[in-house]
Formats: sequence, C-alpha cells, structure tokens
Amino acid sequence: MSTSSPEAPTPAPETTAAPAASRGVDVGQIVFAVVLGVAGAYVVLDATTLNIGFADPVGPRLFPYVIGGVLIVLSVVWIVATLRGDRAEPEEGEDVDLDQRPDFALVGKLAAVLVANVLLVDVLGWAVTGGLLFAGAAWALGSRTLVRDLLVGVALAVLSWYFFYVALGVPLSPGILDGIL
Amino acid sequence: METLSLLGGGLLDALTPMNLAWAIIGVLLGTFVGVLPGVGPAMAVALLLPVTYGLDVTSALIMFAGIYYGGMYGGSTTSILLNTPGESASVMTALEGNKMAKAGRAAQALATAAIGSFVAGTLGTLGVIFFAPPLAEFAVQIGAPSYFAIMLLSMVLVSAVLGASKLRGFLGLFIGLAIGLVGLDGSTAQPRAMLGLNQLAEGIDIVVVAVGLFAVGEALWTAAHLRRRPLQVIPVGRPWMGKEDWRRSWKPWLRGTALGFPFGAVPAGGAETPTFLSYVTERKLAKGGAGREKFGDGAIEGVAGPEAANNASAAGTLVPLLALGLPVTATSAVMLAAIQGYGITPGPTLMTDQPDLIWALLASLLIGNALLLVLNLPLAPLWAKLLRIPRPQLYAGILFFASLGAYAFRQQPFDVALLVVFGALGYAIRRFGIPVLPLILGVILGPLMESKLREALDLSSGDLGGLFNEPIALIVYAIIVVVVVAPLVWSRVAPRTATPSAVVEDAAKDRQEVGS
Repeated sequence: MSTSSPEAPTPAPETTAAPAASRGVDVGQIVFAVVLGVAGAYVVLDATTLNIGFADPVGPRLFPYVIGGVLIVLSVVWIVATLRGDRAEPEEGEDVDLDQRPDFALVGKLAAVLVANVLLVDVLGWAVTGGLLFAGAAWALGSRTLVRDLLVGVALAVLSWYFFYVALGVPLSPGILDGIL
Repeated sequence: METLSLLGGGLLDALTPMNLAWAIIGVLLGTFVGVLPGVGPAMAVALLLPVTYGLDVTSALIMFAGIYYGGMYGGSTTSILLNTPGESASVMTALEGNKMAKAGRAAQALATAAIGSFVAGTLGTLGVIFFAPPLAEFAVQIGAPSYFAIMLLSMVLVSAVLGASKLRGFLGLFIGLAIGLVGLDGSTAQPRAMLGLNQLAEGIDIVVVAVGLFAVGEALWTAAHLRRRPLQVIPVGRPWMGKEDWRRSWKPWLRGTALGFPFGAVPAGGAETPTFLSYVTERKLAKGGAGREKFGDGAIEGVAGPEAANNASAAGTLVPLLALGLPVTATSAVMLAAIQGYGITPGPTLMTDQPDLIWALLASLLIGNALLLVLNLPLAPLWAKLLRIPRPQLYAGILFFASLGAYAFRQQPFDVALLVVFGALGYAIRRFGIPVLPLILGVILGPLMESKLREALDLSSGDLGGLFNEPIALIVYAIIVVVVVAPLVWSRVAPRTATPSAVVEDAAKDRQEVGS
C-alpha cells in the first residue's frame, strides 16, 4: 500500500490491459474466499467459548454456528468454482472504466488519507483533519490545484463543524482549535 | 374513512412551516447528491444520514422522504444526460433517454421523466397509504414464528432470486449475517465475534456499515477504475413537452406505474424487473405507430414507461418496509437503518406504535413528490452543470462527507476506522461481483431473526414444532419452497427467455449499426 512511487504523477492510462484479463484462474477471488472462510471459522470458534444461558432454548451459540458454518461451506464452494473458471462481473458505473487496469497506488493513497484522518481527528480536530482529508484525497485523485483544494477543504470542514455544533447540537472534536472555533 | 382522517392529520403535521422547510431541504439535497455522477440513490441517502442527526424523529423522516425521491429523480437525470446509467434501475431509462438527448430532445426526455416520476410517485404513495395500514393491521397479529418465516423468505428472495449468481447472493447474505452477530449477545450479554474490541459491544452500527459500503466502497472502487476521459455531457435547457409528447407519454406513465408498484410491494422485486418489463411493453406497443421516432432512435415512450415503473416500484417498496420492517432494495435498507437510528424497532408494530410518525412520513412523501416537480423542472439546467464537476473533487467530497457522517454519529474515531474497514469490504464486493443488497439485509435482519427465533422457541419451551404452529408461517414456508424449486423447473421448461442483459445487448448492437 505504501510502495507508491512518489515520482509517478497520475499514472497515465496504463497500457489498457486486455479486457478483464481474458482467462485463467482469478487468484484474487480465491484469496477473498479464503478470508471469508477464515472469518466463518473465527465466528464458530468464538462461539464455542460462550456459556449457554438458562431458560433460553436457542442459546447464544446457534446463530454463530449456523452462520459461520455456512460461510465456511460457501467459501469452499466458491474456491472450487473459481478454480473451474468462475469469474466475477465487476460492478459498472458512470465513472468506471473496467477496461483499465485497477490503479492500486491511487487506492492506497486514498486509504492512507482516510487512516490519517482516523488517527488525527481527536488531536487536531475535525476542522483541520477534514480539510486535509478533502485536499489530500483530491490530490491523490489527480487534482493539481492544491491551494484551492485546501481552501475548499478547510471551508467545508469549518462550515460542517459549525453546522453540526449550531444547527444540530452535535459537538465535533475541536482539537487544537479549541477556543478559537 | 379512517385512512383519510389519519392522512389529514399527517398532512397537518407535515405542513407546519418548519417541516415544510425540512422537506424542501431534503428534496434539494437529495436531488443535488443524486445527480452527482457515480452517486446512486442508496449512496445519496447514506451520505445524507448525518444531516438529520440532531433533528427530532418526525422532522428527520420528513426530510428523508424528500431525500429519497430527490435521490431517485437525480439518478435518472444523470442517466439521461450521460451515456451510462449509474444504477441498474436506470438502465432502461438510459437506453432511449440518452438517444433522445443526443437527438436534441434532452428537454423532453427530462420532462417526461420528471412528470412521469411525479405521476408514478403520487399514485404509488397513495397505494402505500391504502395498502400498508391493512397489511400492518394484519401483521400485528402474526406471532414470532410467522415473522421469522417472513424474514427467511425475504432473505431467500433477495439472495437467490434477484441477481445473477445465487452463490454470490448467499455469500453476501452470510457476510451480512456475520457482521450482524458482532456485539453482546441479546439474551446472555456475552461478547460475540468482537475480536476483543470493547468498542464493538453495542454491535456495529448499521449507519457505519451502510455509509462504508455505499459511499467509501463506491468511491474507492471508482477511483481505482476512474475513466480518464470523462463522459460527454449533453447540454439541456428548461425541460418542457409539446402536445404530441404529452399524448405519447401519459399511457406509458400509467402502465409503468401499474407494473412498478406491485413489484416493489412484493418483497421480490427491486426496480430492475418492472423497468425492463415496461421497456419491453412500450417497445411492443409502439410498433404500430408510424411517423414517430422508433425505439432505438430515442422514443419518448421508452423513457416515460421505465421511469414511471422505477418510481412506482420505489414507492411500492415502502409497503413491506413500513408494514413489516422488510427492506427490499438497497435504498430502502438504508432508510430502515435511518429509522433504526432513532431507536425505533422496524416491524409489524411500527404503524400501530408510531402512527403519527408514519402518517407524517406518508404525507410528506406526497408533498416531497410535488415539491420535486415544482423545484426541479426549473432547476434542471443547473443540475446538468453538476455533471461536469471535476472528478477528483467529487470523490474527495464523497470521502469527506462519509467520514464526517461516521464521526459525527458518536464522535468516536473508532467509528471512522470501522468506516474504512467497511469501505474496503465495499471495494471487495464490487470487485468480486457480490451483490450489496443481501449483505445489508443480513446485517439488519440477522439480529432481529435471532430474537424472533428465541421468542418462538421460548413459547414452545424449545420444541421445534413452535416454529410451525401458525398457519401464516406454514404458508410462507410453502412459498419459500416454491420460490426455490420453481426456477429450477422453469429453466428446464423454457431454457431461453429474453433477459434484461439480452435486450441491452440488442440495443447496443442497434447503436453500433446506426453508428457505422
């Protein structure tokens, strides 16, 4: 995720990959199926530690057992289907061009911006991190008007802070601007 | 008529200046967000959830009524003026709508869509007003076993019947059910599937799941595949229709409404089937007429019918939503999440427990629908400008408002972290073609189902027969069997029938032929 080379400005249309990688086994799908299977196993194992209550014919274990169990079965079925050539039909959209190779560096940058907001929002306050979030995400997505994005972001963040505080009575974290806002 | 007096009371509640203002804000915000390219109605509602946090329940629901219809209307504007539809329900509208726009008839296409939406939305809402109360009255009497069976039915329908792949439908459902398990167990208060995180004790909030899946997931997915050369936007003036357009539109509107409402009201529909059926019907009926644009060159009937069907089915989905607490589309699932956010338990008792609330909501749906028409016909050129919004700022804005929503909910950075996790899940399910509706349904209905099962078996002291001791439950189980078995038989009998995708391919072929 963090290996995005800084010198690569908006990766130019990466040699338009062959339409959705013509054939072969979808390895990513197997990985995701395994993750789901592991999640199912966790749900089942976690449920074995629960105590059965009194006067409760169902008990806290039944649902996790069924849900986790079915999840494991489904993931195995899916892995087998994938090995036999099952492929996903990825979702389309107005701004989605599926003929392009997915730009993981960009997704990584966006994730980094989102996580930075999570870590800093209580320290710096929403008015600051919200602005940085907007400008950072726009920058990652290829905008090169950083100053304008920062101004817009800070304006959005400060306005939303006041909107929540004044109109809705929800105090968002003021952070370092405590007393100023 | 009791219904009329209740509706009158609802209208009085909804027409106070304050509530009317919320309805107007809701319609404007809903349309604004819904028009944005890449933002469907479900995402529009999810993104706008936090705006209602500080409001009292009635005002919030009134605003939601506006957001709901506004978001739908915005989506159809986008699909007419851009060449690709944003969500599956708009596919059929886009087929003819975009061709009309290209032929210089964008104003008429938008007008027939807007007026058709109004007609269908109003008739559909009236349908809800007359069907939901008797259904709810009947529903209060049903016990836990039947309610359990009905939830099972809606899960099976949504996972197995809708969507292309049953396997993926059930994968989505069980991912959702697993998410619904997280938190303290309802009867013994023991931590379940919490990964040792105490912040998860109250369970994962459905709002965070919805915003993560619909907004963050969609934004990340689109960012990864962002179209390098943006789509061409067709400029448009103020929508209007000539006499001939009216003459050709009114029947498709009514037919579309008649098709859409039942499909929305039965928990099997969504908007895809009725919009498809409406398109096919109009195309067949239009064959006779001479001297008009044919289907494939931008026939106004092909916009009027599917768009009415789309809106009527959106209204229809409110019947199971309000009467039974069952969401049957992604958008209504988010609406349900919003209602749950106010500590109101969705389900058969909703209409009897909160009659004032529900009638104010129904009344404001009518008002919101009228406002939509009044406000949006003049504003259409402005909305069209939104389609040119630069994509980096658009998706940055979506991430900004999604994070704001998750954070404002409880002012916990932990919720924003959860949002990112569900954003990643949202990316994954788009990549692997797993439908989002069964997933969100699993999150909402899973915990409810467990408590109903406990209730049912508690009454029968653990005897499994307690699940089958109500006639309604038995009927519902019979329907489940039919629903699961019928498609298997049907595929033997009629191996090749027209599917929506086949028609879209046909139309694409037509387009190529015209273009070459």
